[in-house]
Amino acid sequence: MKLDFKNTPTIDQVGIEERVARFNTRSIKKETKLIGLKLALNMIDLTTLEGKDTEGKVKQMCYKAMHVSDDLPGLPTVAAVCVYPNHVKTAKQVLKDSKVKIASVATAFPSGNSTLAIKLDDTKLAIDSGADEVDMVISRGEFLKGNYNFVFDEIAAIKNACGKARLKVILETGELSTLDNVRKASDIAILAGADFIKTSTGKIQPAATMPVTLVMLEAIKDHYLKTNVMIGMKPAGGISTAKSALQYLVMLNETLGPKWMNNEWFRFGASSLANDIVLQLGKEQKGVYYSKDYISID
Amino acid sequence: MEKETVSNFKWEYSPAPEAKDHIKLKPQYDLFINGKFVKPNSKKYFDSYSPGSGEKLASVAQANAKDVDTAVIAAKNAYDKVWKKMPAKERAKYIFRIARVIQERARELAVIESMDGGKPIRESRDFDIPTAANHFFYYAGWADKLEYAFPNRKPESLGVAAQIIPWNFPLLMAAWKIAPALATGNTVVLKPAESTSLTALKLAEIIQECDLPPGVVNIITGFGDTGAAMVAHPLVNKIAFTGSTDVGKIIQKAIAGTNKKATLELGGKAANIVFDDAPINQAVEGIVNGIFFNQGHVCCAGSRLFVQENVAEEVIQKLKARMQTLIVGDPLDKNTDIGAINSKEQLDKINEYLKIGVKEGLELYQTSAAIPKKGFYCKPTLFIGAAQSNRVVQEEIFGPVLTIQTFRTIEEVIEKANNIPYGLSAGVWTDKGSKIFNLTTKLRAGVIWANTYNKFDPTSPFGGYKESGFGREGGLHGLMPYLKF
Repeated sequence: MKLDFKNTPTIDQVGIEERVARFNTRSIKKETKLIGLKLALNMIDLTTLEGKDTEGKVKQMCYKAMHVSDDLPGLPTVAAVCVYPNHVKTAKQVLKDSKVKIASVATAFPSGNSTLAIKLDDTKLAIDSGADEVDMVISRGEFLKGNYNFVFDEIAAIKNACGKARLKVILETGELSTLDNVRKASDIAILAGADFIKTSTGKIQPAATMPVTLVMLEAIKDHYLKTNVMIGMKPAGGISTAKSALQYLVMLNETLGPKWMNNEWFRFGASSLANDIVLQLGKEQKGVYYSKDYISID
Repeated sequence: MEKETVSNFKWEYSPAPEAKDHIKLKPQYDLFINGKFVKPNSKKYFDSYSPGSGEKLASVAQANAKDVDTAVIAAKNAYDKVWKKMPAKERAKYIFRIARVIQERARELAVIESMDGGKPIRESRDFDIPTAANHFFYYAGWADKLEYAFPNRKPESLGVAAQIIPWNFPLLMAAWKIAPALATGNTVVLKPAESTSLTALKLAEIIQECDLPPGVVNIITGFGDTGAAMVAHPLVNKIAFTGSTDVGKIIQKAIAGTNKKATLELGGKAANIVFDDAPINQAVEGIVNGIFFNQGHVCCAGSRLFVQENVAEEVIQKLKARMQTLIVGDPLDKNTDIGAINSKEQLDKINEYLKIGVKEGLELYQTSAAIPKKGFYCKPTLFIGAAQSNRVVQEEIFGPVLTIQTFRTIEEVIEKANNIPYGLSAGVWTDKGSKIFNLTTKLRAGVIWANTYNKFDPTSPFGGYKESGFGREGGLHGLMPYLKF
């Protein structure tokens, strides 16, 4: 029997936007803010996914991942670094046994336009090089054609190839156009074996937004209520300020609750967010804002 | 993060109180009559308390029949000598000015509204005060366009309008009443509810600041007997009342046989109907907004939830989970979702209904977080498994209490939704447009929201059927009750 994804729950866009507006009225101050900022820092997948990536760039970023800001005592590391498969080995050399995990994009990232065989090879390269996590993209063209079972089968095949590595499935919501589609793609990914669902590659605008993330969190919640199985969430791209990270955490806290409030179940895919959080934490510790020149930019 | 800390992690929001040190309240407020604050003939004052903290905020004059007479005569004189004769576009400028000053003093008004009435600052700041300003803006625009609003019908003003407003949206209700009355060329005597007089008195200060001609708006404070004297006064041409159905009936009797016009906006017990094809997560949000907005002190609150049986379990499970994230507490904290119950009397009434519901054998569900010990608070409450015959289903509770009934077919839910003496509002949740139109034609309610709830706009008329009253406020329709043709 084939699964039928035509009847996934519908989404009311106005309702979603109102709920998001409500999260954003929460006033996060003092102790709550400190805890939230450290938590957000600890949830970051520090990312470099550029055509011009080199070993040098990847090494520098990996060092930064372990030493976000050594002059501020008590800061956590980020959760992981996220690189292309051919750079996983380099990342492994620097990170060695540190707590920072290595995530690798795969499956013809970012377009996903290739054959399954090549996508499986891509995934195998990442895994064999030592990646702890694989970030795959779905075939959006097939999805928009209504070929949902194709999308499902592809995810299931990649999941199979991942072995012990956790699989994050990127929906590229900026290409899916409607929240109904976001919900449908989330359900497909979850049922096909995703450990995490992720909004975007960062290569398409809009990348992560709060309404899209809320729809995906609700898909995770509904799955959890039915099966008791937890799925992780990773908004990626476009989240660059500490304030917006805190708003995402409020949304996570009030939608999925404390169980998800850690980097095993929630990640931010971001490159510049870490430094804004450092700036805010530094201000909390030292009482004043200081020049961005004090914060390293690897 | 270590696994141990992960499982115990709880992210509580630190207190984020809105500052109130900039608020200047006089220890004693007099009556605003003929453009001046004057001592009451009664020589009596009563105290106004903050329901959130129990502290006394100010004492307020208690108007007697003599004071009412003075106010009505002032309004009558202002009508005959100034306001009726003034070109409409000049009237509009005054109304516009009031709107601007409300905007300028929005923060102060929001804080006082939350201190005096108990509603969360998030609502007074983001809803009450901006919407009040918008009503003045909107009706300022109509003032010189009445002949276009009602072509070939020669609209004329009525005279003196006596307006009596409730305690649930003090400033907003004042705006709903005053703005269309002034725009149509009437003068006003307004009485706020005794437990929430302060923002109306601040509005009196604003009206003074705007140099409105003396007597055009008079604001007098007091209890039910003051209101009765207003209704009975022979020089009053128009009664506008928002409040309970019981008082509405008394007013109807009192004006029988006179040529006073009336608009009554009374109680409600709205059906909020969730079908199995609704966007369930957003429907749950709409249910929460429908009943817990302003502690449920809303005449159009969605207090009777009807859920289609095949999704009832899911909806109730999600509703319970969502309710656990609601923060009940200090109205002035920016993170508060549900503030204080307006008065001890109202809290007693709600608690009485909670007892009745339990006695009727309904399953009671309340959220687990603690509520403040001082002040008047009530936990958000569900009564699950309710039937049409339960008293808690039939009677208006006016608090954060939702009854949940299930239904099987569309015919059944229409019949049950209409089986109530009230008919103010209703909500429908479904993904299917044709179903929405089918229901809106068959539900006997003045306002019906589809896939949303508790939305208000100055351009949109509001009012009820049956025992929820008559006449419309807001929009072009809101001009008509203040005009004769």
